Amino acid sequence: MSGRVVFPNKLLPYLLLAPQLAITAVFFYWPASQALKQSMQREDPFGLQTTFVGLANFRRVLADPNYLNSVKVTAVFSLSTAFLALALALPLAVMAEKVVRGKGIYRTLLIWPYAVAPAIAGMLWLFLFNPAMGTFSYLLRANGVAWDPLLKDGQAMGLVVAAAAWKQISYNFLFFVAGLQAIPRSLIEAAAIDGASGPKRFWTIVFPLLAPTTFFLLVVNTVYAFFDTFGVIHAVTQGGPGKATETLVYKVYNDGFVNLQLGSSAAQSVILMGVVILLTAIQFRYVERKVHYG
Amino acid sequence: MAEVDLKAVRKRYPNGMEAVKGVSIAIPDKALCVLVGPSGCGKSTLLRMVAGLETISEGEISIEGRVVNQVSPTDRDIAMVFQNYALYPHMKVYDNMAYGLRNRGTPKAEIDRRVREAAATLELGHLLDRRPRELSGGQRQRVAMGRAIVRQPKVFLFDEPLSNLDAKLRGQMRVEIKRLQRELGVTSLYVTHDQLEAMTLADLLVVMNAGEVEQAGDPLEIYEKPASIFVAGFIGAPPMNLIDPASAELSGPIPAGAAKLGFRPEDAILDGFASEGGLKIRAILDGVEPVGAESYLHAHAPAGGARMIVRTAGRARMEPGTELEIRAPAEKLHWFDAAGRRI
Repeated sequence: MSGRVVFPNKLLPYLLLAPQLAITAVFFYWPASQALKQSMQREDPFGLQTTFVGLANFRRVLADPNYLNSVKVTAVFSLSTAFLALALALPLAVMAEKVVRGKGIYRTLLIWPYAVAPAIAGMLWLFLFNPAMGTFSYLLRANGVAWDPLLKDGQAMGLVVAAAAWKQISYNFLFFVAGLQAIPRSLIEAAAIDGASGPKRFWTIVFPLLAPTTFFLLVVNTVYAFFDTFGVIHAVTQGGPGKATETLVYKVYNDGFVNLQLGSSAAQSVILMGVVILLTAIQFRYVERKVHYG
Repeated sequence: MAEVDLKAVRKRYPNGMEAVKGVSIAIPDKALCVLVGPSGCGKSTLLRMVAGLETISEGEISIEGRVVNQVSPTDRDIAMVFQNYALYPHMKVYDNMAYGLRNRGTPKAEIDRRVREAAATLELGHLLDRRPRELSGGQRQRVAMGRAIVRQPKVFLFDEPLSNLDAKLRGQMRVEIKRLQRELGVTSLYVTHDQLEAMTLADLLVVMNAGEVEQAGDPLEIYEKPASIFVAGFIGAPPMNLIDPASAELSGPIPAGAAKLGFRPEDAILDGFASEGGLKIRAILDGVEPVGAESYLHAHAPAGGARMIVRTAGRARMEPGTELEIRAPAEKLHWFDAAGRRI
């Protein structure tokens, strides 16, 4: 029982917790319950009447080919973003570890993009690759690439994936650097003496030992790609061309605030909430039972 | 004939610090050479240079007559046992031992035979399917040894391999390492700061201090004829007593230039007579350390205050403050000059 604090006043502990509880209640529980309520209602076009419709909104959403398309787009977008962000951050971290002089400067510079807001990151990429005025668009066209993300699905997807991944690389880089530093030097030396060449050493010793970090980042990056990339998509493609880059989060916004189908939008966000809870549960379960080596 | 030859080897760091200052050692084939010295004396650096984990600033290291200065650790045909064992935590014991062989493209059947053979030698047979974290410290140490053995390298390198074990296990493993090294006949370089380990293991003992070799040779010879005050104080536990010759009564000639006089705790006699030309010094007892079969008397000289330790057989029952008359025979005295060198 040592270390347990006993408050003299029974009310005090609740008062101390109150601000945090209030914030959670106002910004999470209340909107979440509203969404849950709305997802089972239908509103008339003028917002004068609401009727309870049970699970009808959910049924309609899940049967909607546009929604299913959005699920597919989200899957492609999230996996590509997570994979790209991880695949680029790892070599950067490995190289930054090898730098002898000015290690700190390299690291700082590589971490900076994380400080850029998603919408700004999107705008940066938009300007660079805008078919009308982008520098890279000019270079691409000069080299015979028919570059037009405003018309071509694949290119639009590529652009948002690149912008979203670019921002996340810094975050992953930071974790990979920490993960690499946690690997004892003597293991690498032992592997060198055991006759493993550089790449072999990496794939048989370093990479397996980074597995806990990589798995953690995979979950975090997927969650990021799912929910935190609204700004990027809104700035770069607005879900277009057509619905080629309309992810689930973007569709919630579009249906709710642009098309004013509140019931459908609420149902979608409830589904999304379920997905977040699922992903968070996986993450927590993982963090709790972090793979312990050695 | 895997002899290891170090010629005027130096290690200088970019910041100008010199860790190894021109060390030359010739380790004969099949010999076990122990580098011993206090921490920071450069012994580990020297070992890592032989392993190829540190670059050589100056000088030459050759293994079996081939200069290896520019050869990578992979191609030196050495095996190393690390202080923290450096076992691959994500691999089973079997794979830990097989890793080095697989990297060198050894046929599967041959790998299996060698791993099982080494496991049998080290009594690891029942642990092959475990991971390192499921093993005790002593077992991990054995796996580290096994990993070195299966490779059948030209040279074994040991970097304080026993320092993470408890005293009892350390004693056992010491004997085992010596036995294995004899049986396999592999030239070995062994680094330790434990002088007992050094004395018992070494065929060739190298005492290092501040990046230089203080003395190299047969361990008992070093014990009996330490080349300097440093060696005299480092080899032997408890260390040699060192006093100012002027503070003692000496019957017999004092060598020219003598500045310090040393005698080992076990050569001191409390009662009875020392031989002709011996030493006699008065001392006050500070305390008794009984270790069972023998006791160590800690005392200091009233003149000059030099601290001394005397070993006596059995259990000494004496009160602190007792006045002692310590004698030592002439042939057991060690003389050192003002620079600390043996006369």
